[in-house]
Amino acid sequence: MLILKLLFRNAFRNKLRAGLTILGIMVAILAFGLLRTVIGAWYAGVEASSANRLVTRNAVSLVFPLPLAYRDKIRSVQGVETVSYGTWFGGYYIDQKNFFANYCVEPESFLKLYPEFIFSQDEKDAFLNDRKGAVAGRKLVERFGWKIGDIITLKGTVFPGTLDFELRAIYRGKDENTDEGQFFFHWEYFNEVLKKSGNHPWVGHVGYYMIGVTRPEIAAEVAVSIDQLFKNSLAETLTETEKAFQQGFIAMTGAIVTVIQIVSIVVIIIIMAVVANTMAMTARERIGEYAILKTLGFGGIEIAFLTFGESLVITLIGCILGMAATFPAAEFFKAELGNYFPIFNIENKTLLLDIAAAMIVAISAAIIPTRRAIQIRIADGLRRIG
Amino acid sequence: MAIPFSYNLRNLWTRRLTTALTVGGMALVVFVFASILMLAEGLQKTLVQTGSYDNVVFLRKGSTSEIVSGMSRDQASVLETLPEVAIGPKGQKLLAKELVVLIALPKKGSGKPSNVIFRGIDENSLILRPQVKLMEGRFPRTGSSEVMVGNSIARRFEGIGINETLCCGMRDWRIVGVFDAGTTGFSSEIWGDVEQFMSAFRRAGYSSVILRLRDSREFDQLKSRVETDPRLTLEAKRETRFYAEQSEMMAKFLRILGSSLTIIFSLGAIIGAMITMYSAVATRTAEIGTLRALGFRRGNILTAFLIESLLLGFFGGLTGLFFASFMQLITVSTMNFQTFSELAFSFTMNFEIVYRGMGFALIMGFVGGLLPAIRASRMRIVDSLRAA
Repeated sequence: MLILKLLFRNAFRNKLRAGLTILGIMVAILAFGLLRTVIGAWYAGVEASSANRLVTRNAVSLVFPLPLAYRDKIRSVQGVETVSYGTWFGGYYIDQKNFFANYCVEPESFLKLYPEFIFSQDEKDAFLNDRKGAVAGRKLVERFGWKIGDIITLKGTVFPGTLDFELRAIYRGKDENTDEGQFFFHWEYFNEVLKKSGNHPWVGHVGYYMIGVTRPEIAAEVAVSIDQLFKNSLAETLTETEKAFQQGFIAMTGAIVTVIQIVSIVVIIIIMAVVANTMAMTARERIGEYAILKTLGFGGIEIAFLTFGESLVITLIGCILGMAATFPAAEFFKAELGNYFPIFNIENKTLLLDIAAAMIVAISAAIIPTRRAIQIRIADGLRRIG
Repeated sequence: MAIPFSYNLRNLWTRRLTTALTVGGMALVVFVFASILMLAEGLQKTLVQTGSYDNVVFLRKGSTSEIVSGMSRDQASVLETLPEVAIGPKGQKLLAKELVVLIALPKKGSGKPSNVIFRGIDENSLILRPQVKLMEGRFPRTGSSEVMVGNSIARRFEGIGINETLCCGMRDWRIVGVFDAGTTGFSSEIWGDVEQFMSAFRRAGYSSVILRLRDSREFDQLKSRVETDPRLTLEAKRETRFYAEQSEMMAKFLRILGSSLTIIFSLGAIIGAMITMYSAVATRTAEIGTLRALGFRRGNILTAFLIESLLLGFFGGLTGLFFASFMQLITVSTMNFQTFSELAFSFTMNFEIVYRGMGFALIMGFVGGLLPAIRASRMRIVDSLRAA
């Protein structure tokens, strides 16, 4: 207990310096935590994907469709429970910058496949029964101030024309990993509008199939047998688990994730320089004291304990303050950047990494000053006082 | 009379470890700041250079990129009859009808698939893009399943080389050439005969039409003619503007990321500078008293400490920019959100980035040094001399 008191007294002997250092650590930990959370947000789609679901798409790339006729063939594959399908519509609401994810789906099988979207029974029925009906996530509805019964018009970018919908249902996510910023509508309606606009190659075609398997263990086998089915056909398929599908998207933007990861390490190195600087100054000022401690019979280990302990005290206080500040900051980010990152949650792992980073900073910053303190010869140290 | 400059330099040298740590922290901040600006700059440079000012791109109205655009053969033929089109060396209209599709190919190393642009070209495409030069092999023959690949693709993707084949659209495409399009987006594309692509990928129409203007000033006239023609549902853009727009979103993302990170980082570095300068003031109390006793004024002391702190910033900026300039050797490739396809580009340094990086470093030094310098200049002679 006495030791702890000594450590605190030492740490705050120069209040201004200690305060500034703690502030610096706080900012760094805050930045580190936010960057980790951004990376987490990037991977949110992967985290939210279910092991029970497969995605089948055109093997050439996502911009090529698959015929609707594949549905029955896929359904006949052993281990397939539900087959749903959809197309990325990519429309915008009023203005191009009002971007959100919008798909047309086959509603009945879709809702069965995604139990994480929670509806009230009335709304669900209303959506299923209205071919021009649409569902939107809770956050999306809040963003545009929609309410049930509103007419919503989306203008296509990928497909020509505009579509009108009536908002029939609003879903909530089952847990915080579920994206509540999406918009879904009936594929039938989309197909009909497309048919009217002329001979579009996507008429009677879908962008992807979502497949529910009976047991997650057989997902890989099912994927292989589906692809086998369409080998050497006009539209060969590529089937993968939902997780792998989502990871594919992230892999394409991998360079950006790498940049953020590197930067989150750089911020730790910067703060290491600041803390090391503080510790170097502290040790330089106290050379005389260390000599006195040695004269009194304390060994190198005790002195090392004092310097390392002081470094730890300062860093951990900064770390705790930084961690506390991460929560309101993340809330702010969520409000400002919710359109880009629908899911922005601080994971427990991030907090643990915060502490680990702080420990590493504290220890590496104290190494050189400790070595100096231990190596000083008593006579030299005492002479410096004079 | 001002305090000699050498006094500042010597002071920094005496506290080498502290100086180095402070300069190091600032250098890192400047390095990150400059690198991210360089990344955004490189991206924009690549896409802006891809276009030529005299070329006009036609896309379906409302489409944001060539991938989602589409037009029928009839519409493309109407464009051919426009009087504003330049005439080529063989008397042909300088207009290329192209088809753009995305193909997923495995990347080298990770083996993960990434989207690559397949561009079906006709005989005029190469005349309209003089920046495309053949490096190896030959140009693909019209009417055959031959393709040529950009050098960025050849470097980054698995199984791409002369005489290798690519398999998609139920065909084997033989690679007969590798082309270099300099620092343009075309270096990240694969080119082949448009008619072959249309039959292989079962497309009834083209994605885009590119034409060269007879007279660059006739663009507005051409634009209004096309956009008011009831037969055409097309939009005309200068090629330079078209490609600049494609880089906007990514560049903006990078800039926002860069500036918010730098602001947070600079707080850390400013605090570092402040700690250093405060301790410099504290340990030199007696010195400051002596200087005052010798007749230097408060203003002189303030300036001296500010100069010292600015020097820290200057050295930090210099080191950061020095290391950042090496980033120019690195080429990154990532997916452009707007085109949904792979694009390779390099970090690009220019004078503006140097100015901004250095300016930023000096501001950090100034802000970090101001409060300590004020404290130093306010010390009373007697008290500070007694501190010795």
